[in-house]
Amino acid sequence: MTRYASVLDLVGNTPVVDVSVLSPKANVTILAKLEGRNPAGSVKDRVALSLVEAAEREGRLIPGKPDQTLIEPSSGNTGIALALVCRLRDYHLKVVLPTNVSPERRQLLLAFGAEIIDSPGAEGSNGAVRLAQRLSEENPEWVFLYQYANPANPLAHYTTTGPEILADVPEVTHFVAGLGTSGTLMGVGRFLKERRPDVQIWAVEPPSGEMVDGLRSLEDGYVPPIFTDNDGEHLLDRKVIVRARESIEWTRRLTEVGLFVGLSSGAAVAGAVKCAATIPDGEAATIVTIIADDGWKYLSTGAWSDDVEDVVERAKSIIYF
Amino acid sequence: MGGASVIAVDGSTVGEVLLQLTTTYPAIKGQLLNDDGTLHRFLNVYVNDDDVRYLGGVEARIVNDDEITLLPAVAGGAW
Repeated sequence: MTRYASVLDLVGNTPVVDVSVLSPKANVTILAKLEGRNPAGSVKDRVALSLVEAAEREGRLIPGKPDQTLIEPSSGNTGIALALVCRLRDYHLKVVLPTNVSPERRQLLLAFGAEIIDSPGAEGSNGAVRLAQRLSEENPEWVFLYQYANPANPLAHYTTTGPEILADVPEVTHFVAGLGTSGTLMGVGRFLKERRPDVQIWAVEPPSGEMVDGLRSLEDGYVPPIFTDNDGEHLLDRKVIVRARESIEWTRRLTEVGLFVGLSSGAAVAGAVKCAATIPDGEAATIVTIIADDGWKYLSTGAWSDDVEDVVERAKSIIYF
Repeated sequence: MGGASVIAVDGSTVGEVLLQLTTTYPAIKGQLLNDDGTLHRFLNVYVNDDDVRYLGGVEARIVNDDEITLLPAVAGGAW
């Protein structure tokens, strides 16, 4: 086994596994890149490390200087990944977290020493973003990395995730991933399009449940600046919505291939299956999709054990994505 | 929309359906389309499961029994 000097050296270089047994077309290969293998458990480890290292390069954070505070809105994985990086770098992290995330996320943040600032659950991720923006304006001494607008977010995927995919799967024809901050899709999408212009980039829009009910009007809507900055509308070839029921059903089906993954990964694979279904018979295709995290943080949702109707109903009031 | 979450509307393109909706529910006019007839920036429109921005926008063709879903753009980020 390789020996590593730091846990942070374990970020990235994740494995890809063939899950084509789930493909609706015999001629279409589906490959899943397992980001749950990252040390803090999700694809966001790449982003957190990239955000902090960029801030250190720019002098916004100074390694070794005491009493430096960061603030970030997150519905889970970015906060957890940042908490790990900040613990190792000795920065204090405040995470603005909607009250209705799964309890495992809250506990993981506390485990790595982050401070949690609650934002209204009914306002979802948009509400957390707004509160973090306000708090950072009121406390200019805090460092606000703002994953939704920071070019270091897609850069992490442009410099690591994208090259790994092309090295491991040079025959890739389609890339399918969930659309959150859009960092994965913008970074990997741009990297692949520059080298393989024919590769199709598909975004999967997660079900938004209660977040939609929390919006007073469309003016509370939100498009991440990194999506706009990277001309996301032209970079993406297609965007499909995956409903809560499909996400849960595909999360369960992934256990058939031995994968115990988070609900957003069920949604991503559901999107990959929709993509596969569009490939004409007899035409070969290779779809790469991202398994953003493993299932551990979602056990309290009962996603694998409870009646699917109950889980779908619960999904409307808890942010799983 | 007037308390209804599912309604039937006629039209052969997404734009026609949205215009029809704004005729029936004038209060939502500015929420769906810009003055130039393009989609509001924070509105996502899906025909069945597909975002119409990638299918031709308001010009996207629809056929009988297509299901159109209107959703505001929200921030994800837990992926």
